[in-house]
Amino acid sequence: MNFWEFVQDRWSLLWFQGYQHLSLVVQSLVLATIIALVIAVLTYRSNVWTAVAEGGAAVGLTIPSFALLGLLIAFITNGVVLSVVLLAFYGSLPILRNAVVGLRRVDPGLVESARGMGMGPFTTLVRLQLPLAWPVIVTGVRVSAQMLMGIAAIAAYAAGPGLGSFIFSGLSRLEGANATNLAWAGILGIVVLAIVLDLVLGLIGRLTTSRGIRV
Amino acid sequence: MSSATSQQPGADLEVDTPPDLSGDPKPGRLRWVAQPLVALAAIVGVLVYTNTKTLSTKQGLLANGELVSGFTRHLQLTVMAAVLVIVISVPLGVVLTRGPVRRFSGAVLAVAGFGQAVPAVGLVVLAALYFGVGMGPFIGALTIYGILPVLANVVVGLDGVDRRLIEAGRGMGLSAFAVLRSVELPLAVPVMLTGVRTAIVLMCGTVSFAALVGAGGLGALLVTGIKLGEKPLLVVGAVLIAALALFLDWLARIVEILATPKGLS
Repeated sequence: MNFWEFVQDRWSLLWFQGYQHLSLVVQSLVLATIIALVIAVLTYRSNVWTAVAEGGAAVGLTIPSFALLGLLIAFITNGVVLSVVLLAFYGSLPILRNAVVGLRRVDPGLVESARGMGMGPFTTLVRLQLPLAWPVIVTGVRVSAQMLMGIAAIAAYAAGPGLGSFIFSGLSRLEGANATNLAWAGILGIVVLAIVLDLVLGLIGRLTTSRGIRV
Repeated sequence: MSSATSQQPGADLEVDTPPDLSGDPKPGRLRWVAQPLVALAAIVGVLVYTNTKTLSTKQGLLANGELVSGFTRHLQLTVMAAVLVIVISVPLGVVLTRGPVRRFSGAVLAVAGFGQAVPAVGLVVLAALYFGVGMGPFIGALTIYGILPVLANVVVGLDGVDRRLIEAGRGMGLSAFAVLRSVELPLAVPVMLTGVRTAIVLMCGTVSFAALVGAGGLGALLVTGIKLGEKPLLVVGAVLIAALALFLDWLARIVEILATPKGLS
């Protein structure tokens, strides 16, 4: 069976696993964005805490995802929870890094004028600082999305649903029928999803960027 | 504002002035010391744990000899692939920034960007399916995976060299090759080495999949641990792999600083 026949034959399964893969990545990405923004808002004002956040993000990104997966398997038995924790952890790191940088780059003069106009600290954050930092934050979200596509494939080895299961069943049928078809289907599916998600996030980023700073 | 300050001197100091965010924080300082120490402490801790524990039959991989050979193989695969990556990417990056080939460099970078969306484990599995299991195909897949970030950084680094410096070098009578060797490459070194460090960390993580395709390494602890549901194997494997990655990252940073030309830092 050649590759295209294989894809047609397994189309519904491929579609379903692709949907699961995307849904896992997107949900974890939303969670990661919220976590990262909360941490960034709490840390960006202090030089020390900013250094801790940036250092922590860098160290976290150094830890191989398969190693963390192994560690989490020892403590979390529910496969879905495990995948979400793994993806949310890695996803939050690039977003945190960019959010801290973005928030620190906001012109202090603008913050002062907002305060002078009578805005409280929370209003200033929501109406001025986050919108100005938003393009940088969105870039972080896109980096995370690309990374999570690959990590979701790894999560499938032990726990999660998704296109990674195609790759691993290809491996388990080494030299068997359809082994290469399975692996290619998983890989190409992930690449296609990654490109689509990146385009969609780019569009969302453009639409949600405040009109005054849109390039 | 100014009238308010003249009426109540010092009152504006009480308003919570925005913090001084102008200076870049220095996240590095603590990490220089802490990162290798944490890695070392983790390795020592793991060895103490495995040596004080009576190992069941399922935990044979935790014996000292097995751990050492897994660790050595892991390091060996990472280093071999890293050397191959550097040997291939640097000349390729130099060619891509020269003369008529230059116009393809944008396209190559774009392909490299898309290529990074390919999951590493997928490449590893494909290599095993087409070329068989074992170390050879695995190192091949690992090298291809590592070339992408390094090649991109070599091209970006060389492109970032000020054209005037190159012209000055040529004007002083240096040949194109001499300019490349003593002006362009040294100036591009910091950017290139950042790419190499990224690649080494990525590859050290990817070597964890070597055990899936019969190439050994510390990933065997994870793979066996998952298969048998043995928590000690999982924890020891994860800790050792993470410690090795942190240590290599630190080592590469040191090399980065040592290799940066003095005038640049």
